[in-house]
Amino acid sequence: MVRESLTGSRIRERRQIAGLRQAELARQVGISASYINLIEHNRRRIAGKLLLDIARVLKVDPTLLTEGAEAALVASLREAAADSGVAAVEAERADEFAGRFPGWAEVMARQRQRIQSLEQAVEMLSDRFNRDPHLAESLHELLSTATAIRSTAAILAETGDLTAEWRDRFHRNLDQDSRRLADSSKSLVSYLDATTLTEEGRAIPQEEAEAFVTAHHAHFPELETGEVDPETLTDRASELSTPAARQIVLVILRRYLADARTMPLTEMRETLSRSGLDPLALARRFGVTLTTALRRLAVMPQDDVGVEVGLVVCDASGSILFRKPTEGFALPRFGESCPLWPLYGALSRPMTPIRQRVAQPGRDNAIFDCVAISEPVGPVSFNQEPVYRSTMLIVPVAEADTDGAEAIPVGVSCRICPRATCSARREPSILGEGF
Amino acid sequence: MNRHVLLVEDEPNIVEAIRFLLTREGWTVDCHTDGTDAVETVQALRPDLLILDLMLPGKSGLDILRELRGISDFEHLPVLMLTARGQSRDRDMAERAGVSRFMTKPFSNIEVLTAVRDLVALAGRA
Repeated sequence: MVRESLTGSRIRERRQIAGLRQAELARQVGISASYINLIEHNRRRIAGKLLLDIARVLKVDPTLLTEGAEAALVASLREAAADSGVAAVEAERADEFAGRFPGWAEVMARQRQRIQSLEQAVEMLSDRFNRDPHLAESLHELLSTATAIRSTAAILAETGDLTAEWRDRFHRNLDQDSRRLADSSKSLVSYLDATTLTEEGRAIPQEEAEAFVTAHHAHFPELETGEVDPETLTDRASELSTPAARQIVLVILRRYLADARTMPLTEMRETLSRSGLDPLALARRFGVTLTTALRRLAVMPQDDVGVEVGLVVCDASGSILFRKPTEGFALPRFGESCPLWPLYGALSRPMTPIRQRVAQPGRDNAIFDCVAISEPVGPVSFNQEPVYRSTMLIVPVAEADTDGAEAIPVGVSCRICPRATCSARREPSILGEGF
Repeated sequence: MNRHVLLVEDEPNIVEAIRFLLTREGWTVDCHTDGTDAVETVQALRPDLLILDLMLPGKSGLDILRELRGISDFEHLPVLMLTARGQSRDRDMAERAGVSRFMTKPFSNIEVLTAVRDLVALAGRA
C-alpha cells in the first residue's frame, strides 16, 4: 500500500504543478472528481490504463508517479527526523513527504548528509585533539612556550629594579622561546594543513574516494582497454582533494586493473551470457577467489550483468571499507549498519561462501540476494592470525523471481529499524513496528 | 615569613620566570622537571605549596596528585595545577583528584601570583 500511497501523493503534487483542478483531471481521464480525490488521498490503488492516462494528461512519465524515491532518501529523512527530535508519528511519514515533495526531500537529505559529514569532521578533530599524541604534544609545546614568553616579557616590562644579570638571562630566554614558538607554530600548521577538510566538507578521504567511484558507476573502460594506468587516472582526478583520498582511489584502481586482467571484460561477458549471474561459477571459470569474482561483478556494466548490483566490503572490526550502492538497499553513510547482513555473518565463518536472500524494511520491501565471503588479506604466515575482510555482493531480486524463497529480514541501522524484537538491536528505534 | 614552594614543571623558561616571581615574593622555590619521582620529591621536601604541571614526562600531574592525596600528610597540601589543556573534562578530573586551583596556559604573572596568594590565605584559614 505504501507504493500506492506515494503514487496518490505524487499525482496530487504533479496536478498542482500543472495547474489543473481535480475536476478537470478527472474529466480528461474519464473518471469522477470524487474518485480522483480518493486516489490523491491514497485511498484507492491505481495502476494500468488509468495511471497511463493520468500521466499523459499531467505530461509526465508514468514512472515518475509510481517509482518511489530511493530507500536511502527515506532512510536519510528518518535519520534527520530522529536527530531533530521529531515525533515518531511524523518520522513515519517520511515516505509521504518524499513522495509529495521529492525536491525538498532531496534537499533535506543532502543537508542531513552534510551535517552528518561536518559533525563527523568535528568529532574527528576533537578526537584528534584528545588522542593524537603528535597534536597534543604540539599544542602543549606551543602553549607552554607562549606562557614562558608572556611571563618573561611581563617580568622585563614590569620589573623596574631588574639586575643586568637577570635582564640578560630573560632576554636570552625570550629569544630562545620566540624561535621555538615560530618553529612549533609552523610545524603545527603544516600538520593541520595536511588534513584540512575539503570544500564540500568531506572529512573522510574514503568518502571522497567513494564519490569518485560512484561518479564513474564503478566502471573504468580506460583501464579495461589498457588506455591509461591507475596512476594516470588518479592524477587526472582533480576532484580528489586530499592525498589520502588519492591513495585510496589508487589502491582501488590498481585492484580493479588486476581483477580486469584475471577476468577480462570480453570473457566475462561471454561467461555471464552463458551461465548468468553465478559468482561461484565465475570464480571457478577464471580460477580466482570468490572475493575477486564478487568485486569484478560489481564493476561490470549493468547491461552485462542484467541488474544493478551493489557491493560492500568491511574489515574484521565491521568497519565498512567500500560501498557501491544499489537502488533499494539502503547503506548507511557512516558505520552502524545492520549486524544481520550476511556481510557480517561471513566474518564468523571465514572462507565459507554465504548466499542469503534478505529483505530490508521500507516502502518497497525490496528483496535482495546477497553473496558474502570473508577471506584473508595479505600473505599468511605461520602461527599468525590472518586478517580477514568480508565482501558482500547485493543483487536485487525482481518481484517475479522471488519464487517463494524466504527472505531474512535485515535492517539498515537500528535507529531507523522498526523491528522491535530483533535480538541484534543496539539502540531503540525512532519508528514504530510496521511503518 | 619564609614559605616553601615546589614547582614541578618541565618547561625550563616557565620554571625560571615563576621562580623569579615567587622568590621576589619571599618564597623559597624548589624546582623539579620529571613526573616519575615527583611524589618522592614532595615527601622529601615537604613544601607549603605545590605548583604542578599536568603534562609531565614520566608521570602525569593527575597521577601525582592522586597519589599525594592518598598520603595523609599531603591530603590538604595546596596544589595549583598548570595545564595547556583547558578542556572541562581535564578540569573535572583534576577537581575529582583533589586539586586546589586549576590554571590554563598561557597565564599571566599576576594570575599566578594571585592564585598563590589565595591558596596561602585559604591554607591559613584552614
